[in-house]
Amino acid sequence: MKVFANLAKPYMVWMTLFIVIPMLLIVLFAFTTHGNSVLAFKFTLANFGKFFDPVFLKVMLKSMEVAIITTLLCILIGYPIAYVIANVKEQWQTLLMLLITIPMWINMLVRTYAWISILSDSGLINSFLAYLHMGPIKMMYTDFAVILGMVYNFLPFMILSIYTALAKMDKAVINASYDLGANGTQTFLRIIFPLSLPGVISGITLVFLPAVSTFIIPKFLGGGQYMLIGNLIENQFITVGEWNFGSAISLIMAMIIMGSMYLTRRMDKDIVEQAQSAHGGAKW
Amino acid sequence: MVGSKNRFLFGAILIGTVLFFFYAPIMSLMIFSFNNSRSLTAWAGFSTQWYTALFNNREMMNAINTTVLVAVMSTFISTAVGTLTAIGISKSRKIIREIVINVNSFPILNPEIVTAIGLMLLYSSLSIEKGLLTMLLAHIIFSTPYVILSVLPKLRSLDPDIAEAAMDLGATPMQALRKVIVPLILPGVISGALIAFTMSFDDFVISYFVSGNGVKNISIMVYTMSKRINPSINALSTILVVIITLVLLVINLLPLLKKKEVRGVE
Repeated sequence: MKVFANLAKPYMVWMTLFIVIPMLLIVLFAFTTHGNSVLAFKFTLANFGKFFDPVFLKVMLKSMEVAIITTLLCILIGYPIAYVIANVKEQWQTLLMLLITIPMWINMLVRTYAWISILSDSGLINSFLAYLHMGPIKMMYTDFAVILGMVYNFLPFMILSIYTALAKMDKAVINASYDLGANGTQTFLRIIFPLSLPGVISGITLVFLPAVSTFIIPKFLGGGQYMLIGNLIENQFITVGEWNFGSAISLIMAMIIMGSMYLTRRMDKDIVEQAQSAHGGAKW
Repeated sequence: MVGSKNRFLFGAILIGTVLFFFYAPIMSLMIFSFNNSRSLTAWAGFSTQWYTALFNNREMMNAINTTVLVAVMSTFISTAVGTLTAIGISKSRKIIREIVINVNSFPILNPEIVTAIGLMLLYSSLSIEKGLLTMLLAHIIFSTPYVILSVLPKLRSLDPDIAEAAMDLGATPMQALRKVIVPLILPGVISGALIAFTMSFDDFVISYFVSGNGVKNISIMVYTMSKRINPSINALSTILVVIITLVLLVINLLPLLKKKEVRGVE
């Protein structure tokens, strides 16, 4: 089958040039100083040192905080939704999941932009409140607006991922639990929930990753002053022109994301192993 | 009985609330695209003036053209490259397969902004001027891994001897590829192409960093215009939402139609 193996060769060159080299360039820029020319670089750690300035550390912490709150909210809202959908009739499941996924196909900027006219000081919510003779509430350019925008954009991923885990669950296991005398709460806590955890975990990665790196949502709903790590990177590359510092921040962000994905994967493995040993242990 | 009724009600309210949360912003966006004033909150009567404004706006029409052109070309190229590569690595040694799959997963796992600045640094290091071509190239680069990922499982479930059988029976490798392998993995190729198309069509982050010289796609257009309220964005968004919903309906109905066709043939 040598003939066909050759088909992979051009892509190996392509991938080196367009995937591997750009990654290496980010690392190179992060550790060097001086201008935008590759040929005249000097090695330095200053770009990373700069990041530990309290101003930038605060941005980092804020991004983590917002991303974690968003992820938690997505689990809290997404789990019950996925659970309800997984328990209705089959035709309804298909229809409801289609309805949940349609917004995912609509341009993220458009979806986020739509919230501006709802949340703004003279927006739909405040117009409605004024009609009820209630004072305007400041919503735009707050943490609330940013987190709302993130939950709005990323919740479908969480629902989809938990729903997949719940839908492919072996119904016989649940029936067995009832047959053996467990009530609804016990069955949920000890059988259904543990078995659905892989779905929750893949949902966490699907939500946390974009939430920590997005710069559109904070820019649209948080305003020009609202800085998350994505905005910081964008600023360095587009406005300030500090490509080296920008590369260093991106590298740190990529490391954090890789690290948290590694941790969640390990957690996933631990959970599966625990569930398996619990399974074994239950066979008294 | 009362318990199950309450549970049903609770479930229905929950789903209803979330669907309202998902669709209310999209609905308000669509409704106010027909507003007879600039306001996005106060209704001033029905009009299609923003649609007229949209079609008379040269910049916006250019953005639409760019988006469609880049999406079609990058889908075409990345689907071809991705499919051939997937076939290639499925017949390659394990180590090569592992390397390609792992390197491929970088653009998929990395945040878009990291891929974007990587490409931006590459272009500027090679002093390539940013424009339409750099955007197109970037789209091909980030779409191809998804095509490979969607074709590979189909190849795995393929009988490994089937291409050999075709060639033993006198087919050239090209014929074996065209008439035997590709038709068998076609569902994977099509879903790969669909992913590539939607990724390209909706992309903002990567396009934003790698294009220049006034080359804008729809997303970049929305991004630059969002600072001042312009209902033409709503008009454009409404058109996009309608097209996407129609496409999704067709895709979801197509399997049903196909089933009928097969039955007809029988």
